[in-house]
Amino acid sequence: MTFARVLCLAWILGAASPIALAAEGDAQAQGNADAERPYKVVNGHVDRATFRGYLYYGDLCLRCHGPDGAGSSYAPSLVNSLKKLDKRQFEETVINGRKNVTTASENVMPAFGTNIDAVQHLEEIYAYLKARSDGVIGRGRPKRIGETDE
Amino acid sequence: MRSPVRVAVFSAALSLSAGLLAGTALANDQLIQMSKDPAQWVIPGGNYASQRYSPLKQINVDNVKNLHPVWTFSTGVLRGHEGGPLIVGDVMYVHTPFPNKVFALDLNNEGRILWVYEPKQDPNVIPVMCCDTVNRGVAYGDGKIILHQADTTVVALDAKTGKVVWSVKDDDPSKGATGTSAPLVVKNMVLVGVSGGEFGVRGHVTAYSLADGKQVWRAYSMGPDSDILFDPEKTTSMGKPVGKDSSLKTWQGDQWKIGGGDTWGWISYDPELNLVYYGSGNPSTWNPVQRPGDNKWSMTIFARDADTGVAKWVYQMTPWDQWDYDGVNEMILADVNVHGKPTKALVHFDRNGFAYVLDRTNGALLEAEKYDPAVNWATHVDMKTGRPQVVAQYAPGQQGEEHNTKGICPAALGSKDEQPASFSPDTGLFYVPTNHVCMDYEPFKVAYTAGQPYVGATLSMFPPKGEKNLGNFIAYDVNEGKIVWSDPEMFSVWSGALTTAGGVAFYGTLDGYLKAVDMKTGKELYKFKTPSGIIGNVTPFMHNGKEYIAVLSGVGGWAGIGMAAGLTEDTAGLGAVGAYKALNNYTQLGGVLTVFGLSD
Ligand code: HEC
Repeated sequence: MTFARVLCLAWILGAASPIALAAEGDAQAQGNADAERPYKVVNGHVDRATFRGYLYYGDLCLRCHGPDGAGSSYAPSLVNSLKKLDKRQFEETVINGRKNVTTASENVMPAFGTNIDAVQHLEEIYAYLKARSDGVIGRGRPKRIGETDE
Repeated sequence: MRSPVRVAVFSAALSLSAGLLAGTALANDQLIQMSKDPAQWVIPGGNYASQRYSPLKQINVDNVKNLHPVWTFSTGVLRGHEGGPLIVGDVMYVHTPFPNKVFALDLNNEGRILWVYEPKQDPNVIPVMCCDTVNRGVAYGDGKIILHQADTTVVALDAKTGKVVWSVKDDDPSKGATGTSAPLVVKNMVLVGVSGGEFGVRGHVTAYSLADGKQVWRAYSMGPDSDILFDPEKTTSMGKPVGKDSSLKTWQGDQWKIGGGDTWGWISYDPELNLVYYGSGNPSTWNPVQRPGDNKWSMTIFARDADTGVAKWVYQMTPWDQWDYDGVNEMILADVNVHGKPTKALVHFDRNGFAYVLDRTNGALLEAEKYDPAVNWATHVDMKTGRPQVVAQYAPGQQGEEHNTKGICPAALGSKDEQPASFSPDTGLFYVPTNHVCMDYEPFKVAYTAGQPYVGATLSMFPPKGEKNLGNFIAYDVNEGKIVWSDPEMFSVWSGALTTAGGVAFYGTLDGYLKAVDMKTGKELYKFKTPSGIIGNVTPFMHNGKEYIAVLSGVGGWAGIGMAAGLTEDTAGLGAVGAYKALNNYTQLGGVLTVFGLSD
């Protein structure tokens, strides 16, 4: 994905997300059922996309949301969040961020709309977190399909 | 060496240098006088040597069991509370994480608030702070309190009124540079470092004039000699001149410009040698494959001339970091025996699990031993070259991108992180809060965008094989390079230690206890569960002739992020209790200062 496209996506999402999202290339191909189960897990092993989601979660989100999406002293458990948020709400939060700064709290979820890695791997991060939230994979590094069990 | 002798030597040297600089009353002299008064705590590390030792002994091994909280103070801020208060005269100065409030509390009036300072900062700085919005405390000098805000503004406040005297911007948070460290006042300057290793920020230490905030010198961790203030002929490493372009030669292309080496730890100072000491952090990114070379001078101990910033000597502990073992932990200056020989030592318990002992006058490496037996990423440090003997099996950079390197000890949070250790001149031992955690580490390629995280690795953490405790509080002897005793703790010990002439060492725990132990044996003598987990540093003071112990609780920081939900699945631990439990089952957020004392 080019940088221009990333910026463009971020802008579109910020401005008029529902329509823009539906028109977005990669996502378009997937039906509703796929959006609900965006991962493939066989005997506890995950597909490549879900695995990359795990990697990029570690890169971009772990330092606030804690290991394995389990939550931290700083930010909520995304394993819990994805029991309530749908895919569109998830993507909108990640792209646009959210500020919750009052006298009692200083919660800021950064906007990832201009982060190339985040935008490019958003679907994969969602797939990984959804699999965690649905309880089909546990904590720690998931094994890839084809990878040997030890 | 017992303290009286040392003090005498120190003050002799001081009057000499004061004489040379006739007329200029240096903030130093005042601070050194004040830091010798055990009633006060005027430098974050207790004294310039960062020893965190108090000559107070009203509270001692016999009566510490009767210790109890005497007053408490809520900061009203929820995030992780690192660092500790300063006590200057009858006033206590308490700082908070973002929004970085400073409270002046009147000790004559049961902690009544004399003034509050709350800076206006753009909340967009919050998400560019690496791991929670921590701040490690304020500095004092010449009637001013110096605060290093999250947005890298360094501000001098009138200690009496809280009014801003001057303020200067140290770096650019929109590029990921943030302020978390405590400044240090040296001579008529304030020294500050910068955070941002996870955003590719090139680290630097900067000296500002204490009078008006004007920049005096700035020394980068990496780059051309003119940026890093190295004299190719005179600056030495392992006893030899470093030569021209010692940093540039160890980087590929322009990677050094986003190369990290941030300076977010503590700074020490030896007034006799006129040298300041500090360490630099991890090279950016965490993916070593993207930055071949030694990546100098990340992961390095620097000794710089206080007046000019020019480096006298340097020592790189972890060339080509592959584990995020930042070298920023405190440099404790102590005159101790090393292998039986009296030495002007610099002692440093590094994240990488080795306790380094150097001759602080010339940077000679004297000793490097593991201070946690779990450490496995290197077998030993070669004393001739100063380089660690890395074990390939535990070296993610050698294993390559998208390969999961398993069972590395310690984890990225190190055998110890920023939480400072303490040195007792009475026992000659070091008292060290440690982490006992291992990791799997998987690096992968990432793109750099200014102001966006630049990490490039994911990791999972767990206790060493077959063990349950995630931390230890240890006593360490540098003369022989070995652990004297070790008290296991359920979670990492992430609180700055304190030793006292009363024979008692203090530290806090992540589940919220303030603990007092016998310095000779490690035996627990007292504990009290404070309102939240402790990642702050224990601070002593005396008021109206009575000794008190103060500590901030308020769980968070890297520790809170890593451990809040536990490290592994609850069921994964063979039914083991404790270690596999989540920290958030034990404690919740909230900043509170608790002051302990004895009844009459
Ligand atoms: C700098 C810290 C930080 C980083 C990095 C971060 N988050 Fe967040 N996130 C937060 C905070 C804090 C909140 C809660 C905001 C609030 O209170 O409204 C949050 C909220 C969220 C929410 C909404 C949860 C809910 O229940 O409403 C989602 C979804 C989310 N984050 C996903 C992510 C993903 C995916 C990443 C990585 C691409 C990420 N976050 C990276 C701090 C962070």
